Amino acid sequence: MSVLIFAEAEKRTFKKVGFEVASYGRALADQLNVKLIAVAINTDDVHALAKYGVDHIVQIDTVALENFSAHNYAKALAAVAKNQNAKTVVLSSTANARYLAPLLSVALEASYASNVVALPVSLDPFVVKRSCFTNKAFNHTTLSGAINLIGLASNSYGIHEKTSQPEIVSFSVDVEQDLVQTQSIEKVTGKVSIADADIVVSGGRGLKGPENWHLIEDLATTLGAATACSKPVSDMGWRPHSEHVGQTGKPVASNLYIAIGVSGAIQHLAGINASKVKVVINNDPEAPFFKAADYGVVGDAFKVVPELIEKLKAFKAGAH
Amino acid sequence: MNVLVCISNVPDTTSKINFVENDTQFDTNGVQFIINPNDEFGLTRAIWLQQQQQAEVTVLTVGDASCEAILRKCLAIGAQKAIRIDALPTDGFAVAQEIAAHCKNESYDLIITGRESIDYNGGMVGGILAGLLGMGYVTNCIGLTISGDTASLSREIDGGKENLSAALPLVIGAQKGLVEEDDLIIPNMRGIMQARQKPLTVLPSQNLTPKTTISKFEKPQPKGAVKLIAEDQLDQLIELLHSEAKVI
Ligand SMILES: Cc1cc2nc3c(=O)[nH]c(=O)nc-3n(C[C@H](O)[C@H](O)[C@H](O)COP(=O)(O)OP(=O)(O)OC[C@H]3O[C@@H](n4cnc5c(N)ncnc54)[C@H](O)[C@@H]3O)c2cc1C
Repeated sequence: MSVLIFAEAEKRTFKKVGFEVASYGRALADQLNVKLIAVAINTDDVHALAKYGVDHIVQIDTVALENFSAHNYAKALAAVAKNQNAKTVVLSSTANARYLAPLLSVALEASYASNVVALPVSLDPFVVKRSCFTNKAFNHTTLSGAINLIGLASNSYGIHEKTSQPEIVSFSVDVEQDLVQTQSIEKVTGKVSIADADIVVSGGRGLKGPENWHLIEDLATTLGAATACSKPVSDMGWRPHSEHVGQTGKPVASNLYIAIGVSGAIQHLAGINASKVKVVINNDPEAPFFKAADYGVVGDAFKVVPELIEKLKAFKAGAH
Repeated sequence: MNVLVCISNVPDTTSKINFVENDTQFDTNGVQFIINPNDEFGLTRAIWLQQQQQAEVTVLTVGDASCEAILRKCLAIGAQKAIRIDALPTDGFAVAQEIAAHCKNESYDLIITGRESIDYNGGMVGGILAGLLGMGYVTNCIGLTISGDTASLSREIDGGKENLSAALPLVIGAQKGLVEEDDLIIPNMRGIMQARQKPLTVLPSQNLTPKTTISKFEKPQPKGAVKLIAEDQLDQLIELLHSEAKVI
């Protein structure tokens, strides 16, 4: 018996979510009193996982898995899970993990719960807490499979260090031709993605037009943040759709979310509510966002944001 | 070309989310139900396939008779046929199994689901369905063209997009981008009248045992009041974010 996690990597380096899933897996394995096994696919430094309490690392390295394929990644993880007699499997909530998880649940005939936000409420029966109604509520879900699969919500558990001395084994998998073939990948380089960002700076219709987006971008650059926008901003073509966040756009679960000229409509808030700390800058003190935010500045974005950028630059220069 | 669009009946995005029966049931009192937004983007793309490539579009939902109103709406938007599988949608696996059982008797070239529903946000049905049927699967789908029996697709990924090709039959998870908001079709009077004559078939449930069950719901803790910072005191905001919130 064991807990199995998939520690995701990009460009052969573990992603932060990989460490969050490992941290969660460690705590869960302790509760269940079993070993924690991590699967690492095409990574250079598997030892990085030793900081998060992994007992055993199954290393898969093959050019055949160089491009992400939901089908083949699910197949590889299923093979390891069976080989290691894993009864609980934990994945993250990245786009790729959410893509492969249902396929993995079929391959393992597992009970699957996505959006899990905490360690189990109970182990027997196995009950987890999940967010639902786009973060407007939670539910307790009982998983009754011989194998249970958990999708851990991003930034819900956090990263917790615990040193271990993992045993590393390599594992080879059969890779078949996926029914779906990747032709090309278009990735914005040199920019933090909304999914990976600790800080997200978001602009709404209050910014009046695309020509003013340097305010959002400069603030984001100063903070090392990703940029996002409200739905109408992307619908009007001021910003690309990939920046649209909210109930019908991308979910945000960052440490800090700064909303500028965004009113805080219920559909917008639903999608960003999993963020830990929310700041709003809006000239209308009645804007609903003030009810959802932790910190707020009532003021004109065109005046407040440039000043905030200057002060942040000074702060960063002084602090580091 | 036969296209199936799987529709989830979900509370309107502005609905008050409350629970009854000791927090074990969603309170539907006063709630208006809509076509799940992600499914509606998919339905619109399917109607284009009907208009441009003679596809036959069937819509399907797993649910009780109360879901028929949104199926009629889908027919008014332009789908030719509707199917309701008479089962309560208890969990994603069961829903996918019900749909898979139906699909095994049909020959759909393309099955469209939403990337997730906005009530349970599971993101499970499309992938499980593809897995059960042994079909290819592309979710977060923001582009689709079909020629002959192959599809070219785009999938939104963290920080970009991926372009893919796949042979039909295929399952996709639709989202905004597959069509735009402005492309959504608002049913007109003629469509609504015609929808009444279109077939809506009710199929029996497979009576499956769900693999997961929800025992109770809870609402988030009420949050504290916002701390307001004067616009000429931005140093204070930076200090709070640094020392109190510890996020910068
Ligand atoms: C089914 C459905 C799904 C939806 N999904 C989403 C979603 O996923 N994401 C989303 O964002 N929306 C979504 N919406 C839309 C949502 O209801 C709102 O219309 C939208 O979020 C409003 O965007 P906004 O805040 O940018 O614009 P507005 O509501 O127009 O707000 C602009 C704000 O800017 C402020 N402002 C103006 N000038 C200044 C200034 N100089 N300085 C500072 N502040 C200023 C104003 O006070 C105002 O509060 C959805 C709607 C529906 C019906």
